[in-house]
Amino acid sequence: MTLDTVKHAEQTPDTPLPWAELGLKPDEYERIVEILGRRPTGAELAMYSVMWSEHCSYKSSKVHLRQFGEKAPQSDAMLVGIGENAGVVDVGQGYAVTFKVESHNHPSYVEPYQGAATGVGGIVRDILAMGARPVAVMDPLRFGAADHPDTKRVLPGVVAGIGGYGNCLGLPNIGGEVVFDSCYQGNPLVNALCVGVMKHEDIHLAKASGTGNKVILYGARTGGDGIGGVSVLASETFDDSKPTKRPAVQVGDPFQEKLLIECTLEIFREKLVVGIQDLGGAGLSCATSELASAGSGGMRVELDTVPLRDATLSPEEILMSESQERMCAVVEPQHVDRFMEICEKWDVIATVIGEVTDGNRLEIFWHGEQIVDVPPRTVAHEGPVYQRPYARPEWQDALQADDAAKLSRPASGDELRAAVLQLTGSPNQASKAWITDQYDRFVLGNTVLSQPEDAGLIRIDEESNLGVAVATDGNGRYAKLDPYTGAQLALAEAYRNVAATGARPLAVTDCLNFGSPEDPSAMWQFAEACRGLADGCLALGTPVTGGNVSFYNQTGDVAIHPTPVVGVLGVIDDVTRRTPIAFAEEGQLIYLLGETREELGGSAWSQVAHDHLGGLPPQVDLEREKLLAEILISGSRDGMIDAAHDLSDGGLVQALVESCLKGGKGARIVIPDGDDAFVTLFSESAGRAIVAVPRSEELRFTDMCGARGLPATRIGVIDGDALAVQGQFEIPLDELREVYEGALPSLLG
Amino acid sequence: MSTRIGVVSFPGTLDDRDALRAVRIAGAEPVPLWHRDKDLKQVDAVVLPGGFSYGDYLRAGAISRFSPIMELIISGAKDGLPVLGICNGFQVLTESHLLPGAMLRNNHLHFICRDQTLRVENANTAWTSDYTAGQEISIPLKNIDGRYTADERTLDQLEAEGRVAFRYTGMNPNGSLRDIAGITNEAGNVVGLMPHPEHAVEPLVGTGRTDGLGFFTSILKRLVSA
Repeated sequence: MTLDTVKHAEQTPDTPLPWAELGLKPDEYERIVEILGRRPTGAELAMYSVMWSEHCSYKSSKVHLRQFGEKAPQSDAMLVGIGENAGVVDVGQGYAVTFKVESHNHPSYVEPYQGAATGVGGIVRDILAMGARPVAVMDPLRFGAADHPDTKRVLPGVVAGIGGYGNCLGLPNIGGEVVFDSCYQGNPLVNALCVGVMKHEDIHLAKASGTGNKVILYGARTGGDGIGGVSVLASETFDDSKPTKRPAVQVGDPFQEKLLIECTLEIFREKLVVGIQDLGGAGLSCATSELASAGSGGMRVELDTVPLRDATLSPEEILMSESQERMCAVVEPQHVDRFMEICEKWDVIATVIGEVTDGNRLEIFWHGEQIVDVPPRTVAHEGPVYQRPYARPEWQDALQADDAAKLSRPASGDELRAAVLQLTGSPNQASKAWITDQYDRFVLGNTVLSQPEDAGLIRIDEESNLGVAVATDGNGRYAKLDPYTGAQLALAEAYRNVAATGARPLAVTDCLNFGSPEDPSAMWQFAEACRGLADGCLALGTPVTGGNVSFYNQTGDVAIHPTPVVGVLGVIDDVTRRTPIAFAEEGQLIYLLGETREELGGSAWSQVAHDHLGGLPPQVDLEREKLLAEILISGSRDGMIDAAHDLSDGGLVQALVESCLKGGKGARIVIPDGDDAFVTLFSESAGRAIVAVPRSEELRFTDMCGARGLPATRIGVIDGDALAVQGQFEIPLDELREVYEGALPSLLG
Repeated sequence: MSTRIGVVSFPGTLDDRDALRAVRIAGAEPVPLWHRDKDLKQVDAVVLPGGFSYGDYLRAGAISRFSPIMELIISGAKDGLPVLGICNGFQVLTESHLLPGAMLRNNHLHFICRDQTLRVENANTAWTSDYTAGQEISIPLKNIDGRYTADERTLDQLEAEGRVAFRYTGMNPNGSLRDIAGITNEAGNVVGLMPHPEHAVEPLVGTGRTDGLGFFTSILKRLVSA
């Protein structure tokens, strides 16, 4: 086969190219020809096809994501915003924290173990590339029905993959979510979040500047795995009629990644790099074009110097390969020797593959012959942008009219008791220990709170006890009923969860999981969710720092529930003041903060008891969320509350069950006069939390709530070894525990 | 002169920072050691921490055992140098034949991370003298290859010589023979166990208990009084 050089492409304008097979649309291919003034070479086509994929270019989402910048609240904390590998936030004392959540949905369905494992690896490298030491991970997961046979294939593989990779990297897994819903049966959601910590002066950016600086590729050798992962796999819908796409899934080596982390951090410590980029989706195509595009000059790369795992790979395949555990650094010539020494110390292969030039072209050569000559911005940053048509689905009205208020409810004490046990033992509400016990949550020795707490909380300075908390939340059922409100509810819940630990929410990352952007209904859901999230972030004063969009989450014509997953990061000045969820001290008073309305649309009860989804989700009041957060933070700092738990899916009763079981103490609850017991226990009104208040602090606490105007209702006391609701029912903790802890092992074990 | 306790980092070691911190909290001077080091930097004792050295490729601990520093540790241990192997470090010690037996994959085949109760069976080793025989402690356990195994004769011998240092109580988390969580050599200077005492030295983090601190205070007292 002759090499398709730039010269050859000029001489053979009519050679047909496989642009359609690589996922490009006719007008996109025309634009490439226009940019180059000739047909692209095979290598150029490979680069454009992966970089212009939905996954890399955000071509369908860009016009909506702009709102996150346009509506961003003023925040002194933001150090690096959207557009870099991850956003960076100032947390005080000279520390900066970077965090981001990303999807690895499609690979994890095709090959659960490797798909999930490399999802962890990819997000960890993003965080590393910012200059930070990765310090924790968490995984928001969504699977099909817990009792479906295919869930038994996908879930154990995903969990083992996350554990196998994350545990081997030595990163504590401090939280996340596990949700079951049949809408995810053919399209599970495997999102991965990583948090990293650095000093302000250590922030690094992905850019190539300084003519003559060397471009060094280091880490694993490049192989044939993951070729076209972003274009072929992540940017298309699953369809039974096509062959499985296993070769497009990458294979991970966590040991190599651990070496890469330590090696890179040592390189950062000695200030040896000008710019750095990890290799993830779109591999070398992405790293070279993004580095060159963001820098001041051009770049020249000798592609045949790339170390290979498989010597038969073509230049196109090398450019598209998504082999894991690779990084690309731009290094001044005088630092190259020291850079190589550090790589040698860590047994990491490093190769100078090119240099920064004074031109404005990205030029790639293969054994001396030029195969790529492109303006890098056209590849990396000036891809196509679509105004996809969107329209409110015609079924939306009927769905919202199908109110959950009409569902038959438990009335007697015995019926309520049965409903509580049914809810507690349902897969979504039951203990997730079967999953989270497969993750190391102790390593690094800084984990203050982890699953099943409201948020993961880690110490970042052993002297000062400065710490950060992170929570992720998302409720596809709410978002299906109303995507605008659903996105705000996800944000409000994560924000509330962070505040419940005593940390002050600072910033947001999001993973927006939706159906096909080519479907106007899914696109409407996406547009509404973006609008809701951007408005919500503005109201709460927490800017979006970055994140990820995952489209095409559907099987055939059936999309998943729109699932915006929102991660909130908060800071706590003294981690010894953190508030856990556990009821630990008998005699302490239980207060319900916020107001309970009859809100059952999309609720866990409506799903568990009636398999129903309809009506409207709970209302959102973001001013109330801010007030609640202030009370939770003040109560924690000033020692007024010893436990706090946010109320969300499953309502008050689920929160009580979890706080009782975590602390091993019962509670006696009195339904407030005039209130309906069922609504009080099962409604999912937002803006609420329960807290445990020592009797000595009661007056101070209620005075504070009264003065600030937050409704605080004393609903009971920590006592005994049962959850007792006066006049209704009593359930011994042993019985609750058996149901709560037994559900997942019996389904999955 | 302060007591120096070395903590070895192999490629893929994960709990080295935790072990260094535990040594410091106990009051000794933590000394990081690198697997390629050719001297022990005058340390008075050595901790081989947990992790996945060399990715657990081939067999857990099988490659690390051939590191330059292990030659020094193996010969040192034979001359009485106190050595504690935790998790992957325990696996390195069995691969090095400083301790008998081997670790197999957990009988349920999953990685498991939990707060685990142990009974201290031997409180006379260099690393356990701050405990009392029969005392129950609770420290984190986290591994996938943690099932202790040895032939019957070896097991009988370990029992007869009081060399089973720790046994799982409550539940056996991985199918370890005779509930063995940790063992010691005949001289009592080399101890290996699967659970992680270095993760249980501060009330703030981890499980909230400090039951693991005794390992590090035990060795410190032994060295100071020596």
